[in-house]
Amino acid sequence: MSHFLELRGIKKSFGEVQSLRGVTMTVDRGEVIGLLGDNGAGKSTLIKIITGYYQPDEGEILFNGQRVEHLTVPRARQLGVETVYQERALADQQSLWRNIFIGRELTTRFGLMDIQRMRAETQRLMQDHMGFTSTAVTPDSPVQTFSGGEKQGVAIVRALYFQAELIILDEPTMGLALSETGKLLEFVEQVRSAGKSVIFIDHNIFHVYEVADRIVLLDRGRVAGEFRTSDLTLNDLLDKMRRVAKTGSLD
Amino acid sequence: MMEHAITHPAPAPTLRTRVRRNALQIGIFVVLLLLWGVFIVAAPRTFLAPEIYASFMATVPFFGIVALPLTMVVIAGDIDLSFPSIMAVGVVAFVLVFDSTANVWLAFAACIGSGFAVGIINGLIVVRLGIPPLIATIGTQFFWRGVILIVTNGRSEVLVEPKNSPLGQMLVGKIGDYVPMQMVWYILIGIAIWALLNRHRFGAHTYLTGDNVNSARLMGVNVDRTRILLFALVGAAAAFAGLVASLHVTNFFTTLGEGYLLTTLASIFLGGTSAFGGVGSILGTFIATFIIGSINAGIVAIGLTGFWTQLIYGLIITVSVTMHTVVRRRVG
Repeated sequence: MSHFLELRGIKKSFGEVQSLRGVTMTVDRGEVIGLLGDNGAGKSTLIKIITGYYQPDEGEILFNGQRVEHLTVPRARQLGVETVYQERALADQQSLWRNIFIGRELTTRFGLMDIQRMRAETQRLMQDHMGFTSTAVTPDSPVQTFSGGEKQGVAIVRALYFQAELIILDEPTMGLALSETGKLLEFVEQVRSAGKSVIFIDHNIFHVYEVADRIVLLDRGRVAGEFRTSDLTLNDLLDKMRRVAKTGSLD
Repeated sequence: MMEHAITHPAPAPTLRTRVRRNALQIGIFVVLLLLWGVFIVAAPRTFLAPEIYASFMATVPFFGIVALPLTMVVIAGDIDLSFPSIMAVGVVAFVLVFDSTANVWLAFAACIGSGFAVGIINGLIVVRLGIPPLIATIGTQFFWRGVILIVTNGRSEVLVEPKNSPLGQMLVGKIGDYVPMQMVWYILIGIAIWALLNRHRFGAHTYLTGDNVNSARLMGVNVDRTRILLFALVGAAAAFAGLVASLHVTNFFTTLGEGYLLTTLASIFLGGTSAFGGVGSILGTFIATFIIGSINAGIVAIGLTGFWTQLIYGLIITVSVTMHTVVRRRVG
């Protein structure tokens, strides 16, 4: 069976800066991948290529073994890629329901927005998944009034609503309270047991090690190493990361 | 995924939240009533006579028709200052086609089409080349005014024949000898633009683009297409408004549109649309155009000189933009 996602020799430059110098990696169903690397290693560029935000200069992207030419954001979302961005990707002054349905507003037969349904779906998501119990928050509340954790809840629920096959979490624990971080790691477990895939990017190696099946170590635009977390201890991982940071390779 | 029935109907907003959410629209409506009251008390002979209202209905649509789509442009975080020239471009296209074909409908299509095309060019300059819209549209405003002067040789044009045509009657005729047709068009365009902004995905994308262009892009909103189409919409509306204004006075002047820059922008900001994008109201703009449109007449009727008009327009723009910023800071 083919991989859910396969990247082959992905290269991307911005002017003089070579951000990715040939990245090859795979993501399987039900797999949690931890993507690690220093600032400037190319993590953000790589995920923005997977989400269709950037087009690679060279290389191939395959979903379920099928090559996808010119991957755009709507196309990637159609293929089941959902992203919870570090910056949350919310529009602060807009209502909760508008944020949930950004770019994929439900419409009626007449091509107009089905506002009633979008508000109702938002209400359901709030009760079942977001843990909003206060009556002060409604589907019409602007998200600028929400806390950091609540905003992230919105971004995650948005990813879930559209039945993601692959959820990319970009620095998801940043700015979260401890209890919120615990909930997030639980959430990753749930997604895995539902047979979906996750790419987890975090500065906190301990979080990544805890939930990931496999770790992909990125350095200066290349894959410096790949490990199963079952094959190495946390200390081994830290060692390897230090070596890569110093020398640029594992050996 | 989207097939199941609505199981969790969202609660209807309470009266209080409704009031709070629509505070700007309610506020602007109160301002309109207050101003009206002042004018009636200060100049009852003018403001209790029906003629003044016929005059408002005839003249407010000239800039109001542009103010509506321009509100959407501002909500998307852009601005277009070239619309006064586009008003004239549309009428020149109308005159050229009418002179060579004698067909008002073809001429009308040329008018709207040219406005749309000029709007697309504005959009391409702003979006594809990344020029700040303020600068880009100041540039195109002068450019198109120059083109008009060259093409017409600076001469005005009499429009008796088009005005008496069925098209002319449809655009600027009168219902029951009192309500001007342009008012009917203004209302219809207002409803259409309101629906586009609030009930169509295009409008949702307009809000998202102006609120946070980065988020909108990340979530797959076609930001570039949205912005370019908005400029085109203003272009088409400006051409239409230019034709209506010219047919109304049965004459095309090469300066057409020049007086409308300030009134149009003042209406948009007075109507509660944020200069920073992401927030705005079509109803607010609609009401504000009548406030702006009545100020000139009101000032003269009260007995002040017309010199006050400019000062008051300027004050309105500054105060309404400032108010919005202060409110935003308190909420955010």
